[in-house]
Amino acid sequence: MSHRQLSEQEAQEKSSELRTYLWGFGLALVLTLIPFGLAAYTQTAARTLYIVIAVCAVIQVVVHFRFFLHITLARNKREDLQLILFTVLILTIMVGGTLWILFNLYYRMMPAMLP
Amino acid sequence: MNHWAEWLLGRLDWSALPFWDAIVDPTTKNIVNAIIASGAGAMVILGGLIAIGVLTWTRRWRWLWSEWLTSPDHKKIGIMFIVIALVMLARAVIEAVFMRLQQAVGLGGGFLTAEHFGQLFTTHGTIMVFFMAMPFLTGIINYVMPLQIGTRDLSFPVMNSVSLGLTAAGAALVMVSLILAPFSTGGWSGYPSFTESAANPGAGVDYWIWAVTLSTLSSTLTGINFAVTIYKKRAPGMSWFRLPLFTWTALCTAILMIFGMPPLTVATALLALDRYLDFHFFTADLGGNMMNYVNLFWAFGHPEVYILILPAFGIFSEIFSTFSGKKLYGYGALVIATMAIAVLSFTVWLHHFFTMGQSAHINAIFGIATMLIGIPTGVKVYDWMLTMFRGRIRFAVPMIYAVGFIILFAIGGLTGIILAVPSVDYQIHNSLFLVAHFHNMLIPGLLFGMLGGTNFWFPKAFGFRLEERWGRRAALCWIVGFMLAFFPLYALGVLGMPRRSAAFFEPAYLPWTLAAAVGALIILLAMLLLLIQLWVSIRDRDTNRVPAGDPWDGRSLEWSVSAPPPEYNFPVIPEVHSRDAYMRQKENGRGAHPRPDEYTDIVMPANSAMGPIMAATGFLIAFGLTWYEWWLVAAAGIVSLIALVARGYVRQRTRTIPAQTVRREHEAWLERVSRIRPVSRREEQTPANQGLAMSPLEGAIQ
Amino acid sequence: MTATPSRHPGLNLGHAHGDAHEASEEFVFGFWVFMMSDLILFGLLFATYVTMLGGTAGGPGPGELFELKSAFIETMLLLVSSFTFGMASLALKYRTDRKVLVAWLLVTLLLGLGFLAHELYDFHKMFTEGGVPSRSGFLSAFFALVPLHGLHVTGACIWLIALLGQIAVHGLDTPTKTGLMRLAILWHFLDVVWIGIFSLVYLGGIV
Repeated sequence: MSHRQLSEQEAQEKSSELRTYLWGFGLALVLTLIPFGLAAYTQTAARTLYIVIAVCAVIQVVVHFRFFLHITLARNKREDLQLILFTVLILTIMVGGTLWILFNLYYRMMPAMLP
Repeated sequence: MNHWAEWLLGRLDWSALPFWDAIVDPTTKNIVNAIIASGAGAMVILGGLIAIGVLTWTRRWRWLWSEWLTSPDHKKIGIMFIVIALVMLARAVIEAVFMRLQQAVGLGGGFLTAEHFGQLFTTHGTIMVFFMAMPFLTGIINYVMPLQIGTRDLSFPVMNSVSLGLTAAGAALVMVSLILAPFSTGGWSGYPSFTESAANPGAGVDYWIWAVTLSTLSSTLTGINFAVTIYKKRAPGMSWFRLPLFTWTALCTAILMIFGMPPLTVATALLALDRYLDFHFFTADLGGNMMNYVNLFWAFGHPEVYILILPAFGIFSEIFSTFSGKKLYGYGALVIATMAIAVLSFTVWLHHFFTMGQSAHINAIFGIATMLIGIPTGVKVYDWMLTMFRGRIRFAVPMIYAVGFIILFAIGGLTGIILAVPSVDYQIHNSLFLVAHFHNMLIPGLLFGMLGGTNFWFPKAFGFRLEERWGRRAALCWIVGFMLAFFPLYALGVLGMPRRSAAFFEPAYLPWTLAAAVGALIILLAMLLLLIQLWVSIRDRDTNRVPAGDPWDGRSLEWSVSAPPPEYNFPVIPEVHSRDAYMRQKENGRGAHPRPDEYTDIVMPANSAMGPIMAATGFLIAFGLTWYEWWLVAAAGIVSLIALVARGYVRQRTRTIPAQTVRREHEAWLERVSRIRPVSRREEQTPANQGLAMSPLEGAIQ
Repeated sequence: MTATPSRHPGLNLGHAHGDAHEASEEFVFGFWVFMMSDLILFGLLFATYVTMLGGTAGGPGPGELFELKSAFIETMLLLVSSFTFGMASLALKYRTDRKVLVAWLLVTLLLGLGFLAHELYDFHKMFTEGGVPSRSGFLSAFFALVPLHGLHVTGACIWLIALLGQIAVHGLDTPTKTGLMRLAILWHFLDVVWIGIFSLVYLGGIV
């Protein structure tokens, strides 16, 4: 496979994909810097900080899926999107259920384990 | 010298021999147990030696290697899965008989030591779930599903072979534990803190952990393989709502495998970290929390229940419609019910530990979710009944299993609804009532399904029908034996007898345990009859051949090809125009076996040694970890890593079957079929049935 | 000439690659399914970690052991490596000089190895401060979750080296291309898991 000239259309596609990656990288960078910056240099209340961290993390996950893994709402990617959404459903059930059950048990029987 | 032995063998020493206790402490009970345990170990060794001897004597090693072990053919892999399942079934049934006999004479003691009894119920449960049920259903799906959707192989044939290898390695590990004992005594669920090294430092629990881990990895890979195959490799025209119902259940099972196995991987891995590296996940001290193990285990355990039952539902759906001569009633409802069960199965795991101490409202919510599963299951039962309604029912062996199933399963389902009420569960949890309930679901549900499926598809796989009379006797013995062995357990549970009791002191239990023991012996007889059925069938194979491939007037695509099918399954990939594709083809007058216009070259996956390599290294890693032989773990680990990397460099991954060969084989078969007389359903069980069903237009019994 | 429709998420090779574009469909979908199964594994370890936060048993807790600075360095290493892998993917798709592709892959590999080295250094420092897994349930949970991610990165690095070897031996043929596409998914996926780790474990622990 050798180096070859790109057609005009391909060159356009390439630069648009490059822009996608750059956008993704920039957004991810900002979303990383915000929580780290707040945690390192400000005296924000813990509660607010937790919320900011959580929101930034969720948005960043979406950014990674959208810009790096190219998950979109396009029709031919539905199967994969369904797969991911189903996984999110199962994760929610399992993780949520685990936390609910165990913290309830702690509350009733092992208060020392409550953070 | 001693140092070297320790380095080489780890903690393996003489005390691992099954008769060691009897030598150290020769009490009567120890001697009896040593004889039983050594007999079991001797059977494993003898079985192995006979297999090696026969292979050497008939010079079949090369054949075994190139035709079977390295084959990527989904049909052969499926058959090998089923062979593993049947061998393990035989062992686990014998163990069950010993347990029932122990409890029959268990008033005040019995003949087994508590340690031995503990190993029996642990291996019985572990084998039946991970090394009988899982390989059995994996094998049947492997064989049938690609034929039903009209493809030539799974998406990842070599990974399929690796899955087989990992299951075989796990099964071998459980077998080896009979010779180099002991196995775990912690039950198939292996709850800590009993299974932590503080209470149980020996090799037993480690055997259990690694055997289960191998099986889990195998099932995860299998699940991915099945799901991707069904998503991406269906024949043209095979849209979602034209899939045979068995394929639907296979898809839902695959999805449950993909998402249901990880919690078990986490649970056993964390338990292993606790035992090997002194972590504190489930220990009683230093911030450990053993309740999380129970939570994780059942987050796997409940989807697992439906992994076991859904394929059987699929098989029964095929059997009911085929042997009633009708199309499946309520196909859409059955599909939706299957999906509903699959999703709901992730929401009910807490009902396995109602009594752990969480609030009543949590128990109530999970109890209600549990009862909800009864709705789609009920829909299924009604659909099957309505499929039979006004059909011309033929009571062939698969149908006997199916009818036995539908009645017994409904009873088991009702006891499940009883158990789903938390307040009732508080009374009867951990009693034999529970044991009766889940055997009532799994024997008629899973096992009857698998045995019915085997009778149903055996002629497809081997080209001749299984003998009918012995098959009926076996089926009846299974049904009667099951009822006699497990219905008394309901009574015992209500009387308060705890499960897993090696001995008891309540004379009122005795009549029930005696009855159950008789039932267990009838099940043992049923096993024997299955063996006779197989032997008689092989002996009379020439009179029962069905080369045309459609002995039951089947409805889906697997019946449209020869029996046994060519390795490429379909000379030309069929085009599907409706549900029950093959039945439609037979009805619409174009003939059951149209001659294709042209043949093309067929590209098939090439053989690969990855399966056997992963089986060997997987087994050695697990064995080394169990006995602390670290050199073995490292060596086998490096070999498997090298094999994985090297596989990436292999480019000769396919081989081509020329169109000429396909044409020659297909035309020879068509020629043979043209000389076969089509039979009506009346002659189904006679030698006249050579696998060509009379067209429905000619008035065959429908 | 119309653009070839993309067949799956992640990198799509497009019409210029013919065979590889077709063949990748099943492989990439299968790998996605595997990743999702793996995600359940991580999800449950996250859940276990949260339930073990109270199980410090008098030993050192998150506030005493975690450092914002090293977490930040590791985060940046991974984030940049995700971006460089993206550049490698573009080089693969648009058939830039093979040297460019290999260069981007090597940069990615170095960043991955740098991440691992820094993580190991971090663990070493925790060990010297008494943060060993056998000390408490909390530390056990930490040392199951974070090193599992590290093990995945190790596996991805080994895979990357094996693929570089395949490029050297076989050139960029179809199996190598689909291999690179799957590795790309794994690499980006591991970065996603790391978002969870730095947010929940490090930032959540230090706050």
